[in-house]
Parts: sequence; structure tokens; C-alpha cells
Amino acid sequence: MKGLLNSKIKIAGLILAVLILMVMPPFYSSYWVTLLTQMLIFGVLAMSLDILLGYTGLSSFGHAGFFGVAGYAVAILSTRYKMGFLFCLMSGISLSVLISLIFGFLVAHAAGVYFLIITLALGMVLWGLAFRWVSMTGGDNGISGIARPDIGLPISLKDPITFYYFILVFFVIALILMAVLVRSPFGHSLKGIRESETRMRVLGYHSWLHKYLAYVLSAAFAGFAGVFWAYFNGFISPFDMDLNASIEIVLMAILGGPGTLIGPALGAGIIVFLKNFISAYTQRWLLILGTIYILTILYAPQGLMNLLQDWLKGWRNKQKKNDTTVDTLPR
Amino acid sequence: MADFLWVQTLNGLSFAALLFLLASGLSLIYGVMKIVNIAHGSFFMVGAYVGLSVILKTNSFVLAALAGGLTVGVLGFVIERGFLRKFPLQPLPQMMMTLGFALVFRDLSLLIWGGDPFILPCASYLKGSVRIFDVVFPIYRLFLIGVATAVAIVLWLFNEKTLVGAKLRATVDDHEMAGGVGLNVPLISGCMFGLGVFLAGFGGVMGGPVFGVYPGLDFELLSLAFVVVIVGGRGSLLGSAVGSILVGLVDNFGKALIPELSYFTLFAPMALVVALKPTGLFGKE
Repeated sequence: MKGLLNSKIKIAGLILAVLILMVMPPFYSSYWVTLLTQMLIFGVLAMSLDILLGYTGLSSFGHAGFFGVAGYAVAILSTRYKMGFLFCLMSGISLSVLISLIFGFLVAHAAGVYFLIITLALGMVLWGLAFRWVSMTGGDNGISGIARPDIGLPISLKDPITFYYFILVFFVIALILMAVLVRSPFGHSLKGIRESETRMRVLGYHSWLHKYLAYVLSAAFAGFAGVFWAYFNGFISPFDMDLNASIEIVLMAILGGPGTLIGPALGAGIIVFLKNFISAYTQRWLLILGTIYILTILYAPQGLMNLLQDWLKGWRNKQKKNDTTVDTLPR
Repeated sequence: MADFLWVQTLNGLSFAALLFLLASGLSLIYGVMKIVNIAHGSFFMVGAYVGLSVILKTNSFVLAALAGGLTVGVLGFVIERGFLRKFPLQPLPQMMMTLGFALVFRDLSLLIWGGDPFILPCASYLKGSVRIFDVVFPIYRLFLIGVATAVAIVLWLFNEKTLVGAKLRATVDDHEMAGGVGLNVPLISGCMFGLGVFLAGFGGVMGGPVFGVYPGLDFELLSLAFVVVIVGGRGSLLGSAVGSILVGLVDNFGKALIPELSYFTLFAPMALVVALKPTGLFGKE
């Protein structure tokens, strides 16, 4: 009964998600299609942070750095050197991975708040580089004119709908890869580190290496998202990787529910929607973002996805109570 | 060349003075309450803005410095008692909370003071410059170094020689035991938070005449203050002082010598310290 109800709700949710993401877009206006595209890209980014934040229990405050670095790689390679899509994709991800391989040595020994401080400072280093290394990055002005990629098929990605489906494919690929990752033995060892690093170490796990790898993998997926952001936006600037950007990713993950993978994607959707929606009416986006932050911590510190699951569990227990009057003994 | 070195060193030291006012509060708050105060740079910025308003009204720099510090100090005290206390010793929710406030402060100050950068007018007796060994140097920057040194000495005396300081150290060393022997730990924490934030706001006004105040100043300085805390070690006053001087000098020489990579020059010493001594130069644990 319990499993059935659970799977029913899951299936219903899945069908709804598929409907919204796959079937409906051609019926939306191009504004909504663009918004959905943006949600998907930030969904990948928020999920990539969830590998660290939700599964390993390490809150990174420099995550936008990897996102931006990959975006800059695409921007520079495609506008100055006219490189193709695959080359840009690979270079963008490789650059993020390379930097995380170096940074990883500094952060992987840390835990909790100390991890946060170091990642924040490192994220600012990347931002500073983008901001001040004007000859390479264009400084404050950023780099514009990134054309939509030519993927060698007879379809043009200039059309919002086509580009949307193009992004959706990569979103699903990233989702599957990350879902497999967190369910793998490696993913479970990360959860173990989250719960008790000391115990994991006593059990013989090389916890430093696991954290290091989690950091690198998370950066790889952030880079993945960054590549598509550059192509989507056609423009990249230091603002895409400043502390505000990193903070927004953390909020997406926390709001959606860390450690659920799909939750942060949902959180990303909500934040991207609100940001666009509210910006249309008022300039006070940061004020509202800050308030959402405070309210989330006060009232939903576990995030929406976990809140939903708790709520479903409570509802199910109530149902059970109504169904059976005899079975009151604790299991 | 010697001139260049002198000027840049003194510039670096005056920036270090400012960083010390910011980082010492950040470090102490972390030491006592384990709160990473993301809003610390925001308090600095708001303090500077309040100081600006006061100075335009009253024309008194001293009054502005006090008003800037006290306003954010009280604000910090209220936030600690009203919000942060709901999550005692839970670093992540507390930090997220300060983050929320940081965003709110940034937007509110944008709303109140607008987006234009301001330079705070400084008192007439601090204007002008002096000549030291053939190098002309603004008095105000020397004054800044003096103020930070004075604050450092007062903080040190307060921490080491007074009863309140002893209570504070007891709270840093062991929260539960301090509570167990009858210290009012929540009140001490609240006051500590207020004091740390006061220093930030005071520092904001002090830095105003040289570095100005503008939107974005909050996070820009916050990251530098974090580098100071990482280098110097968490919760250590001496660490904050040494860290500030190191970061101030490196940042200044980096900007002067290789402006394109100036943020990157900060990275090297930080990486070195983190790799060799993860707790920072003077950190415990």
C-alpha cells in the first residue's frame, strides 16, 4: 500500500514533469520557452552543487566560479578562434575540471564552515580574474556575440524551441549521469562522509580522496552548465560568477531540498522564474531574494522537496490510521 | 624606486588597517559563536553610508564614526537576538541567515543611498599630507594606521586584562562549561556580535574618506576579510592583525605591479598558508 501510493505519486509527478518539459513547449510563447531553457541550465548547475552540498555535506560558496570559467572558455574559443561546439564543450568542462583539480588540494581537507570560507575566497579569485584580466576576458564588459552552436545537423538552433529541446537533451543526460553517480557505491560513501567523516575514515575509506573527487565532479557538471549558459545567453560577464551568483545557486539547492538531486533543479526553476517574473515589476529583486532566504531558513530549512516528502509521509500515516483501526502497534 | 616602495608599503598598511577593523570582528564572532557572518561586509558598507549621512548633516567626523558604528552595532545585536539565536551553534543555518540579511542590506542601501559611489569628506585637521624621507604621504592614511593600532591595543587589553574579556575567552574555549559555571553565554554572544559588527561599521566610516562607499563594496571587502581570517587563523586577534598586514601589503603590491592579476596575487599566499598550516598562522585546533 505504502509503496504503491508512493510510486503512484511519483509516476504522476513524472508524467506531469514530462508533459511540462517535453510536450507543452511548442504551445508556449517564446518568452516561456526561453524561461524554461534558462531553468534547465540552472537546474543542472543547482544539481551539480547538490553533489557537494546535499550528498557530501560540504557547502561550496564559489560554485559559480566553475560555471563562469567554462562559459568564458566557450566565449573566447567560439568568438575569437571560431571553434566548433564539441571542442568548446570539451574545453569548457576540462577547464573547470582542471581548476577544481588544483583548488581541490586546498579545500578537500576542510569541512563544514571552513570549507565554505575557502571556497568563497577561491570563487572570488576566479571572479577577480574575470574582472581584472581585461585583455583576456574583456573585464567588466564581458564577452558578447557568442553564436548559437552549429551541431552539424540540418536544424538551426537559433529558433527558441529547437534550442530548448537541444538543452533538454543535455539536461536529461546530466540528470541521468548525476542520478547514477549519487546512487553508486561512491555516492553512498559521500553520504557516509556527510553523516560522519570520522566513522568513514575508521571504516577504512579514504575520505580526503572522496571529497576531492566529489569536488571535481561537481565542478565538471557546473562547467557543463556554464557551457550551455554561454551559448544560451550569447554573452558572459563577471556577474555570472560573482558571489551573488554563487549565493543564488546555494539558495536554489537549499530551497529545493539538498540531497534530493531533483529538488535543487526544482529550486532552480523557482528562483529563475521569480527572478524573471519579479524583475518585470520591480527593481527590488535582491531584497526579495534575501527575504526568501531568511524565510526558507526559518520555515523550510530542509527545503521544499524534503518538506513535500515529510508532508506526504504524514498524509499517508493519516490514511493508514483511517484504513486500519486494529494495527496501532508500533512496527 | 625606494619612493615607490615606501608609498606602496604605507598604502598597503593603511589598507591593512581597514582590513583589521573588518576582520577582527569577523574572526572574534567566529571564535565565540562559530557564526560565519556573511553580512559583515554589509555592516561595513551600511556603517559607511550612515556615517556619510551624519557627516553631511552635522559636519562632524567623530560623530559620524560613532553613529556609523553604533547603528550597525545595534542592528547586529537585534539580528543576533531575534534571528541567529534561534539556531544556536548550527553554523550553516546561521550563516544562511546572515546571507539573507546581506542581500537585504545591499538592496535597502541601494534604495536609500542610490547607486553612485561616494567619498566621505574627512575632517579638516586630517587633510593634507606630510613629508617623510622625501616621500609625500597623506595624513589621513597615517591616521587610519594609528586608529587600527589603537583599536588592536584596546581589544587586546579588553580581552586579556578585563573580567568581561576573561568571560569571553572562557566562552570561546568551552561553551558548555562557561554556561555551566554561571556565565550568561547567550548575552555574551549577543554583545560580542554587536561589538564585532560595531567595529565593522566604525571601520566603514574610517575607510570612507580613502576608499569611498559604493554598492558592491560589501562583498568585495568580505572576501578579502575572509582571506585574512584564513591566513591569520580563526578566532585569533593576533592572527587578524598579522593576516591583515599580509593581505593588505600583498593586495596593494599586486595591484601596483600586476594590476591584471591582482586578485590572483592574493591567492598564492593564501594557498601556501592553507597547504602548510590548514588552521591559519595563529589558529588553534
